[in-house]
Amino acid sequence: MTADQSVLTHDAPHPHAFTRGEVGWLPHLAPLPEEELTERHYDGLVDAARAKNDYFRLLARDPEILKARTLVDKDIFYNVADGLPRAERELAATAASRRNGCVFCASVHSRFAAHHGKRVEDVDRLLDEGVEADLGERWNAVVAASVALTDTPSAFGEAEIARLRAAGLDDLEIADVIHGTAFFNWANRLMLSIGRPVAPA
Amino acid sequence: MTHDIVDQIAGVTPELDALRRRRPVTREQLQASFDALFRPVSESHASQAERELIAAFATRLAGSSDATGTFYADRALAADASRAAIVLAEASDAAVEGPFGAYTERGLQGESTEGERYAPSDAATEALGDRLAAALAHTHLLVFRPREASAADISRLLDAGWSADGVITLSQLVSFLAFQQRVITGLRVLAAAGLASTAQTDSEEEAA
Repeated sequence: MTADQSVLTHDAPHPHAFTRGEVGWLPHLAPLPEEELTERHYDGLVDAARAKNDYFRLLARDPEILKARTLVDKDIFYNVADGLPRAERELAATAASRRNGCVFCASVHSRFAAHHGKRVEDVDRLLDEGVEADLGERWNAVVAASVALTDTPSAFGEAEIARLRAAGLDDLEIADVIHGTAFFNWANRLMLSIGRPVAPA
Repeated sequence: MTHDIVDQIAGVTPELDALRRRRPVTREQLQASFDALFRPVSESHASQAERELIAAFATRLAGSSDATGTFYADRALAADASRAAIVLAEASDAAVEGPFGAYTERGLQGESTEGERYAPSDAATEALGDRLAAALAHTHLLVFRPREASAADISRLLDAGWSADGVITLSQLVSFLAFQQRVITGLRVLAAAGLASTAQTDSEEEAA
């Protein structure tokens, strides 16, 4: 077996628990070497700067799905001209990551939720206490919807929709909760399986 | 114009179509993701039949009545009827509740939960081959207990004949399906609960 086809192991410490700290990430397989990237790989990476990142250079082994993944990710989270505020999209992402157990994803997106929502204590409560934490009814409704849609088989039903509507969300905002949650069920599985988290320095 | 798979599986209505078109890039790139995985540039690291069979297994794990699962089951049966029948029977037997699993993080071990893990039977492995059998075990891991995934699981895929590129494609396939299936489930529930009509058409016009 060549080096390209063997598993990488690392001694770096695991995180202790969920945290807003800067959790690192190490790949289980060799990312493509930067000097071997072709135009097809850069097209998949979308932003050339992502060639510096191990996770994206590992995903560049299949450039076409990486490209579509990246573009759908950016639209779901950054297209905020209308619909759900960024903070609550990040909250849905954090809740899905908390439920699935992705400490890395939860660290990144809890920082975004805390920053955009200016609600650091509520975000920390979600990380520390888990998805049952009381964050006030509107955030509780978003977290509950994210958890129900994350579970297999799905527990997402009319009760979750009714609770989101009662909290003031319209159809587009509810669709944004659905997409943000669903996307992190994609991201969590990749981050958890093709590499592992590293404790903040 | 590409036929939209989410619209097809969700049973799109004019109201749901209008809602989805308010996020045109998401709609388009979700479909582009499906195309990248199911109309691949190259099959050299994961064949078309492997993709169809793994997709049928992954989505059927959400339950036999799941619309996305039915869509991929039909595709797999069309691609490779004999192996699809085995894969679907394995999925029905292996469908449990998730997410569950043990945490590696010491401070989270009090939250570790147990559930039934899956390994294909010897008979299934014999019928499906080592590569596909290893892929199904990995798929079950990713669907139900992603927090338990480790480097050893990647080693098992390499030992069964998957290349590094193939592992990435397999991981993307199963993870994408977790996304697509939840978008469809979520939008179906939202539509069933009643969408405010944002389209110009009113109910009288539709009835006409």
